[in-house]
Amino acid sequence: MTDAAELQRRTAELLAAHPPASTDRLDFLKARFDAGLAWVHYPEGLGGLNAPRSLQVVVDAELEAAGAPDNDPRRNGIGLGMAAPTILKYGTEEQKQRYLRPLWVGEEVWCQLFSEPGAGSDLAALGTRAVREDGGPSRSSEAESGGDWVVNGQKVWTSGAHNSRWAILIARTDPDVPKHAGITYFICDMTDPGVDVRPLRQITGEAEFNEVFLTDVRIPDSRRLGEIGEGWRVAQTTLNNERVAIGGMRLPREGGMIGPVSKTWRERPELRTQDLHQRLLKLWVDSEVARLTAERLRQQLVAGQPGPEGAGMKLAFARLNQEISGLEVELRGQEGLLYDDWTMRRPELVDFTGRDAGYRYLRSKGNSIEGGTSEVLLNIVAERVLGLPAEPRTDKDVAWKDLAR
Amino acid sequence: MSTQPDLLYSEEEEAVRAAVRDLLADHCDAPGVIARTESDTPHDLAAWKALADGMGLAGLLVPEDKGGQGASHREVAVVLEELGRAVAPVPYLTSAVVATEALLACDTGDLLAELASGRRIGALAVALNVAPGGAYQVVRHEGGALHGELTAIADAQAADVLLVPADDGGLYAVDASAATVTPQIPFDLTRPLATVSLDGIPGRLLGDAEVAVHRALRAGAGLLASEQLGLAEWTLTETVRYLKERKQFNRPVGGFQALKHRLAQLWLEVVNLRAAARNAADALATGEDTDVAVAVAQAYAASVAVHAAEEALQLHAGIGMTWEHPIHLYLKRAKADSIAYGTAGVHRARLAELVDLQAP
Ligand SMILES: Cc1cc2nc3c(=O)[nH]c(=O)nc-3n(C[C@H](O)[C@H](O)[C@H](O)COP(=O)(O)OP(=O)(O)OC[C@H]3O[C@@H](n4cnc5c(N)ncnc54)[C@H](O)[C@@H]3O)c2cc1C
Repeated sequence: MTDAAELQRRTAELLAAHPPASTDRLDFLKARFDAGLAWVHYPEGLGGLNAPRSLQVVVDAELEAAGAPDNDPRRNGIGLGMAAPTILKYGTEEQKQRYLRPLWVGEEVWCQLFSEPGAGSDLAALGTRAVREDGGPSRSSEAESGGDWVVNGQKVWTSGAHNSRWAILIARTDPDVPKHAGITYFICDMTDPGVDVRPLRQITGEAEFNEVFLTDVRIPDSRRLGEIGEGWRVAQTTLNNERVAIGGMRLPREGGMIGPVSKTWRERPELRTQDLHQRLLKLWVDSEVARLTAERLRQQLVAGQPGPEGAGMKLAFARLNQEISGLEVELRGQEGLLYDDWTMRRPELVDFTGRDAGYRYLRSKGNSIEGGTSEVLLNIVAERVLGLPAEPRTDKDVAWKDLAR
Repeated sequence: MSTQPDLLYSEEEEAVRAAVRDLLADHCDAPGVIARTESDTPHDLAAWKALADGMGLAGLLVPEDKGGQGASHREVAVVLEELGRAVAPVPYLTSAVVATEALLACDTGDLLAELASGRRIGALAVALNVAPGGAYQVVRHEGGALHGELTAIADAQAADVLLVPADDGGLYAVDASAATVTPQIPFDLTRPLATVSLDGIPGRLLGDAEVAVHRALRAGAGLLASEQLGLAEWTLTETVRYLKERKQFNRPVGGFQALKHRLAQLWLEVVNLRAAARNAADALATGEDTDVAVAVAQAYAASVAVHAAEEALQLHAGIGMTWEHPIHLYLKRAKADSIAYGTAGVHRARLAELVDLQAP
């Protein structure tokens, strides 16, 4: 197994061979990937060295100290956080070779075509159809054998679809079996004919997410991820990683949303009131405790004792982001009555800190919806962590096509 | 207190409600309001004309001998409930309540009658976040003319006449066309804000600013609670409706006990808010216990309205985050209302003095 000293040695080697100051950013990132220093817990040849995940910090610290460029992970959150682990677990060797490197270096951005107008929390109820057109070579953009799947349907709330080269897609391939059984997982080329991305403006004024219409989109069978009908199981990997990705960042004290409001408080004595003071301190304590819980969770992982606290982190940060930004809008008084800009834009990423408190307040409302609502996550905690009985279900043994909609 | 406030609605009040609701159903549908927020004319002046002129509602607070309807804050409160329910972009609270109350304190006949008739719209040039009794900006009065800039003036864009406090203690009427009114970018798109600058503009002295502003803001704060009630009610009703229809996991999501309890809890809050808002309206009408009633209503209302709108968004989930669904209008109005005429915290502090519960 690769240890910390070995990683330090390899990192020094990388830096010597590709001095960041004189190396093109993308070339450096590719060299880093090829050296196995991208995500050290990945296999050799796929950006890693089969090292313990916890040692990533060793590499990151050395590279940061040397002024090396990073792969701007915020720009490809879905790719790095969700598509990659799913491809790693279920992809064929060719798929891993094809997708992981451009994904990691950020040349290819990914989005997630999961939710549909009728299938949000109940994702497994989705109705987008993929029908196999058997025999003969593929007629899709890349000629392959094994035939094509022809996909029709509508996805919604797709973050970043307008910037994405690829999508992870789940579609129904068998309507005659219960809903979880008839789903298959695909990789969709967002540049293919029949993929129509339309901006969906949101409460903040910008169009960060989209509606995606799929009309006779041809996906070669070689872009199927996992077995036919096994899509729900594959999607579980994606969704579990989604929650980790959302809750799993490491923060310094005041590193989250509590930072800007604390700064405002310190710099603007004229805004202070007793009442707001009490609320601010409560939220400051809550933020610090959430940060410590996240750190403890990380230490547990490193020590090989993963705990169920991870399920709580997304819940905690969603609530904190909303309460803190809501407090700041009030704290700002007259300025809280104003907004910075309602212009409809299609941003590349969510810019929480570059915008004002009103934007943070509105955008953070999505934190308890995107990636699974807080209600659904609480159900998961109640059932899987506390072992409470699930609600009675009426959809388990019914063919998808016979379900009430 | 000897007598109890009347916390119910009279038949006449219910008749006013029905008429206003009908009118707004025709004039102020949600897609229309959303489209308007993105246009150059954020106010719905047709709806305003129908309410103010057609139904005579702009003059409810003005005695009949001064050209009004001679009704009371109780009827106005019902109108505001309906306007809140529709997040209607009309300058009713600002002109028919706040500016009108300021004029009532000054006893200036002609202008009052004009506002009461709804033919002219008035705006008190005090920032929307100022609480009754709070400090406000004034302009300079020099050589018979007014100079200065005032910010966050609600509905100033729609106003014909601005009521401007000056540094000599007077409240002045200024023709809005003589001032420079520059729209600001409001958080609440249905109650636009503007900066008003006066560059040596003549004003007509109306009376004592402090008295007029205090009276105006107290009525504004007290009756805002009714707007917040209407808003909270709409979001609750609409969310209940949606959750009965929306199916996930082969059943209506409203059937999940986790959601049922939340909505029931919200209903309780709305019930409480109704009592507090009615009490403030009644107290403004009778003049009894008014300061406490207004402070209680405003210390309570904002959290309910914001909570109701936030729950509506969360429970509508993905669709609630979109621009095309009207929930965002309600959330933005509720949040701005929580700052308007003083935050809940400011009203709690005021209450501490009124009921002798001083801070440590
Ligand atoms: C900003 C944003 C970005 C998004 N990005 C993406 C993306 O990139 N790709 C993608 O595929 N999707 C995306 N989504 C969609 C998101 O995953 C869904 O909105 C979410 O899963 C909820 O589904 P829904 O909106 O259909 O709500 P519904 O499932 O209709 O839920 C309605 C309400 O009922 C509650 N509820 C539902 N079931 C239960 C239950 N069993 N118990 C208790 N309460 C319940 C919910 O919590 C919610 O409050 C995004 C959403 C947002 C807001």
